[in-house]
Amino acid sequence: MNERLIFELSRPGRQGVMPPKNDVPKKDVRSLLPSDMLREDEPQLPEVSELDTVRHYTRLSRMNYGVDVGFYPLGSCTMKYNPKVCEDAANLPGFTRIHPYQPEETVQGALELMYDTQQYLAEITGMDAVSLQPAAGAHGELTGLLIIKAYLKHKGEKRTKVIVPDSAHGTNPATAALTGFKVVEVKSDQRGNVDIEALKEAVDEETAALMLTNPNTLGLFEENIVQIAEIVHNAGGLLYYDGANMNAIMGITSPGNMGFDVVHLNLHKTFSTPHGGGGPGSGPVGVKAELEPFLPSPVVVKENDVYRLDYHRPLSIGKVRSFYASFGVIVKAYTYLISQGGCGLKSVSEHAVLNANYLMHRLAGHLNIPYDRRCMHEFVCNPRGLKEKGVRTLDLAKRMLDYGYHPPTVYFPLIVEEVMMVEPTETESKETLDKFADSVIEILKEAAEDPEKILTAPHDTPVGRLDEVNAARKPVLRYIK
Amino acid sequence: MANIPGELKYSKEHEWVKVDGGRAVIGITDYAQDSLGDIVFVELPNVGDTFEAGDTLGVVESVKAASDIYTPLSGKVVEINRELEDSPEVINEDPYEKGWMVVLELSDPSQVENLLSKEEYEQFLEENA
Amino acid sequence: MRFIPHTDEERKEMIAELGIKGIDELFQDIPEEVRLKKDLNIPGPFSELEVLRKIKSMAAKNKTVDQLVSFLGAGVYDHYIPSAVHHIISRSEFYTAYTPYQPEISQGVLQSIFEFQTMICELTGMDVANASMYDGASAAAEAALMACAATRRNKVLVSKTVHPEYRQVLNTYATAREIEIKELDYNGGVTDLSKLENLLNEEVAAVILQQPNFFGSLEDLRAAADAVHQVKALLVTCADPVALGLITSPGACGADIVVGDGQGLGIHMSYGGPHLGYMACTQKLMRRMPGRIVGETKDSRGNRGFVLTLQAREQHIRREKATSNICSNQALCALAATVYLSLMGRRGLREVAEQCLTKAHYAYEQIINLLGYQPAWSAPFFKEFVIKTPQPPQEINQRLLESGIIGGLDLGRFYPELKNCMLLCVTETRTREEIDRLVALLGGDIK
Repeated sequence: MNERLIFELSRPGRQGVMPPKNDVPKKDVRSLLPSDMLREDEPQLPEVSELDTVRHYTRLSRMNYGVDVGFYPLGSCTMKYNPKVCEDAANLPGFTRIHPYQPEETVQGALELMYDTQQYLAEITGMDAVSLQPAAGAHGELTGLLIIKAYLKHKGEKRTKVIVPDSAHGTNPATAALTGFKVVEVKSDQRGNVDIEALKEAVDEETAALMLTNPNTLGLFEENIVQIAEIVHNAGGLLYYDGANMNAIMGITSPGNMGFDVVHLNLHKTFSTPHGGGGPGSGPVGVKAELEPFLPSPVVVKENDVYRLDYHRPLSIGKVRSFYASFGVIVKAYTYLISQGGCGLKSVSEHAVLNANYLMHRLAGHLNIPYDRRCMHEFVCNPRGLKEKGVRTLDLAKRMLDYGYHPPTVYFPLIVEEVMMVEPTETESKETLDKFADSVIEILKEAAEDPEKILTAPHDTPVGRLDEVNAARKPVLRYIK
Repeated sequence: MANIPGELKYSKEHEWVKVDGGRAVIGITDYAQDSLGDIVFVELPNVGDTFEAGDTLGVVESVKAASDIYTPLSGKVVEINRELEDSPEVINEDPYEKGWMVVLELSDPSQVENLLSKEEYEQFLEENA
Repeated sequence: MRFIPHTDEERKEMIAELGIKGIDELFQDIPEEVRLKKDLNIPGPFSELEVLRKIKSMAAKNKTVDQLVSFLGAGVYDHYIPSAVHHIISRSEFYTAYTPYQPEISQGVLQSIFEFQTMICELTGMDVANASMYDGASAAAEAALMACAATRRNKVLVSKTVHPEYRQVLNTYATAREIEIKELDYNGGVTDLSKLENLLNEEVAAVILQQPNFFGSLEDLRAAADAVHQVKALLVTCADPVALGLITSPGACGADIVVGDGQGLGIHMSYGGPHLGYMACTQKLMRRMPGRIVGETKDSRGNRGFVLTLQAREQHIRREKATSNICSNQALCALAATVYLSLMGRRGLREVAEQCLTKAHYAYEQIINLLGYQPAWSAPFFKEFVIKTPQPPQEINQRLLESGIIGGLDLGRFYPELKNCMLLCVTETRTREEIDRLVALLGGDIK
């Protein structure tokens, strides 16, 4: 199956939409603009009808896999069902058809919604204040570390190092470097926790912060979190919580309770806003009271039942994006939050953890489980005895495509070889988990008996395995007629 | 087993060095290219840049990895292998000849003594396998 | 509970299978002392009907640009969005997908991004584009970082005619990396290029200009590019893609990196986001570009296909050596823009741009003839322009609002020296009748 590019469907003179009538006196553009500012080379946009366009993108959509199509146990990404009511809410004209510079009195509903969301996220994370500004998780990390940097500077402290575990998301060290910190990596111990001795060794008067995901990327809860927090705080450093795995702990514990000072959340993971094939996401940041003055400007405040944007924040790190937030995404998260309520969110985490443990248990006899512990919302595993047959984890993942699944995250975290990271989420039923487990077992059997079938997979997808080497060696990044 | 020619010197960062008077040709070893897999891009320094031993000289990229190239010797870049810009796959095909990366004019030729011989590098690979 | 499918029976089976007494046991690794001792204080759970009632009542407290007539622009524009855009981006195969890590089942997103990259290259006149950035402001900031990395220099000049919020974001990012930012003055509504030459030297990595600039005026990009290239610095241009349907592309003027916000291309204003940052650059800078990039390749069956490529630049591989930390972007917004540009096509986009131009000039001509109103300067402009007002803009806007009109942006908010100036925007969605009404209200002819 192949779909031509929209440019290849183009026919000179065709047009998909008719602009409105120009009802002001017609003027030659040359009389309004200097001729050297008018473009001579017309942009080669496609010329297609509305039907051409609709069919083209509908066909492309059918070559794409989303949560609505099937099971999507992509570890660390929390691919849960995205309730339709959230989409309807965000598409209300009262939210889509408002301009960010409108007078505040004309957008009280939007400000109220943002204010309430700030409050709810603070409640969930155990933080004192929240900014909705960051546009994605990595953007939240950037914001969080800048807050820490500004706070330390304000206190007159020169701290230059950020500690990250070797199991951390790539964004953690990348963000630390982007914000001018030196990255110090600490290793994990046999049980998959941060190695306490290594941490003690790494922490000193230069330490600005420890960035930690808890549960960590192995899907394990850092059992020594109290001690970890103590070690870092005693040295004068701060604790940064990467909220990628928040789906495991809502209503059970909170970053605030664990001793964290700064948190970012991924609304497109835990709070069920869809990921859109790569975005838009949203990465709100929460902080403890001491760090509140450093939050990005503006924040939404409420005074005598009137909401307004507070720009008077002299210690603020400034702005990390234009305007206030990925507002449309916030509307979806808010809708999800009140659909669940406080007790519903706790139930979400309980079932996310139940599902992961159940699936891990179902696969335990067939795949290697490197950490023999209860997992949280996700677990890691790897195949055994397949290397000799030349079958790698990547091949198993490709074969899962033929069975109609999106495979788990593969080759991350980096500290487990040939790893698969499986996150079923709470929205999947027992039948789905059982069927998936049966399929994985079947695939492992195929790999042992008929490795060729696995090595040449996928067979039933719109395209076969793609040549990524040539794509990178001789990059073709645009269509040229 | 990786190919390790006897006439070259090696570093623990998997670079090979061919010393010729005050100059040294540097590339990455057969073991290094094999671990990286299909190399898709090489970033080399400019002619005239100077480096201290241990500095990052450039980067080799495969589809799913990027690896710094460290210079084991101090010196000034006098030549770079421009062919690699368009055909990085040469490093996979012929790491020790056509896949050379830079020529340095050495500022401290005595550093050569710190490099590993074929046997030492072999042993290093075995220990770290 | 909502969106959790487990029946009591199934839950019991799963618990039994795990050999535990209850779900609580699964949380045994969490120390008692960090457990929450009370329930989360968040209202709900509510049924869908209750949720919608509540949300609709909040939405109803907002006055939309359908209820009021808006002349606000300043980086966010009320352009018409064809119906088909919403219908395509509402295909859940697109919007419920993650980043296309498995290309064999992600050709929809990958191919549409490849088309997006092509369209952005066409509009900007550049060689390569990425899959999108968060917004125009952060794209401009990332362009500055990219220019510093590429030139190994540490100073960036930015014109005061660049969107004030973009400059604020640039400052935030620059503080992080300890990059020095210097602002360039303007004269007559455009960047004062005569002063630029004095500030340019071998320390400058990049100069950032906006086209059309924040005031709506057109900058002389060619002259700027010549000056900037004299010292081997890079010209970063922040451009409105709708304007590029009509005006000379930054690429043709010599820009090295072009960024901007594509909100005007079929994306709702949504109170400021999510919008669509874009970034394009020359071939030479390709491997310095942050963000995801899609490339064409072949599959095992010999057919054309698309993949994420040049990934070794990115954070998940380079970690602390990555050029940027960006991973999620605005893929669905990029899809909206791609569908919009397909529907508009070559002629449609030009027509929209021409209408913006002529309608804005129609409004401008009439307003400057009103008693007390004056043009702030005479620079050529596209769809936005600056007017000196006889009373503080805030008072005028209050009056307009009472008559159902959202006036222009009070520039004094960002530029103390432009205290009595208003930035007005007229797009193709404004009618002659609406413009006439604005003019009449400004002139005090009607109340």
